[in-house]
Amino acid sequence: MLTEADVYAALEEVKDPEIPVISVVELGVIRDVIIGTDGSVVVQLTPTFAGCPAINHMKENIVQVLTAHGVVTSRVDVMYNEPWSTNLISPRGRELLKDFGLSPPPAFDGMLTLEVLQNAICPKCSSNNTFMMNAFGPTACRAVHHCRNCRETFEQFKPL
Amino acid sequence: MNTVAIKDLLYRLADDDLILGHRESEWTGIGPILEEDIAFSSMAQDEIGHAQAYYVILNELFGEATPDALAFGRKSDDFRCCQLVEFPIGDYAFSLMRHVLYDLAESVRLESLTKSSFRPLAELAKKLLREERYHQMHATIWAKQLGLSTPEANQRLQAALDFAYPYALALFEPTVNDAAIVAEGLQASEAELEYKWIEMLSQLLAESDLRLPVVPDKTVRYGGRQGMHTEHLGKLLAEMDEVFAIDETAVW
Repeated sequence: MLTEADVYAALEEVKDPEIPVISVVELGVIRDVIIGTDGSVVVQLTPTFAGCPAINHMKENIVQVLTAHGVVTSRVDVMYNEPWSTNLISPRGRELLKDFGLSPPPAFDGMLTLEVLQNAICPKCSSNNTFMMNAFGPTACRAVHHCRNCRETFEQFKPL
Repeated sequence: MNTVAIKDLLYRLADDDLILGHRESEWTGIGPILEEDIAFSSMAQDEIGHAQAYYVILNELFGEATPDALAFGRKSDDFRCCQLVEFPIGDYAFSLMRHVLYDLAESVRLESLTKSSFRPLAELAKKLLREERYHQMHATIWAKQLGLSTPEANQRLQAALDFAYPYALALFEPTVNDAAIVAEGLQASEAELEYKWIEMLSQLLAESDLRLPVVPDKTVRYGGRQGMHTEHLGKLLAEMDEVFAIDETAVW
């Protein structure tokens, strides 16, 4: 029978299918892990963007990984209470995003202001002399910015 | 808990988002510039995701049909969307103006829903509101940029606004459940939301050199919330439901 720590360790193997370097744990989408007396596991997952098509892949992958670790019965519940925010991405997760070429989302307090949305640091040269080109990008969670310093166009994991 | 009132509210929220999301997806591949193609496609994905989240509440907490069956298995007069969302995409000016009117309204509504006495809806609204910020920013930037550019751009936006506005006012169509919705603290009244929306919209239009149309009360295009729709909805559903009608268990 797995402990909660074992389950979290196993979940490190489940990556975001759209950003395959970051795990669901580092992404901060695992809300809780509940282990039954019979060894069954319920994982509570909160979606990044409500319409994110990666959620179903993550759910399936979580069950697969837990099965591979010997869990006979497991289930993933999608929850919206205490909604996910990019502030929940771990420090290591932010580093991984940057290495992947995605500008990590700036931390913010309370309201998501226009200033926060437009603020991105270039993942190539770390300059903050950048501007937003498009609030929407190739996936729901990415925006497109341009760096005036190194003249690279780059993607940012949108603050949410 | 007045389940009739909550269900009515959830269907209105979900159906608006589903139908607008479907319409916005029609820009995929044909946007006037690549960035707008991507923007409308992304907003479509968001709106359909939001619709799904509302349908999940209807399904899991109120025993309604599954989200897929609710989206693809109902007839036109079962829908509670407003007529604004039903229209084909038209030209870019119309789609942009509809997006401005709709997403400002949605921001006002979601803000109110974050304080809803119905907890699952309040929690969901908090999440969706953050996503809406991007829609609102997109709408605001483009309204100003095009409104203040050439006379032709301004005139085309104004014409789109004049056409869409009587339909947009019907986003706040009063329903028989309004009194219960307000009394139970589910959401602010439609009248209060409409007032806040007009305030926000007026400011944006002023900054974009556009005029708020004057619409006599009796010409507001009500009816959608009671299941009365334009011919466009039936045609849209016929296309949207085609696969589901052939095989309800089909997977992509």
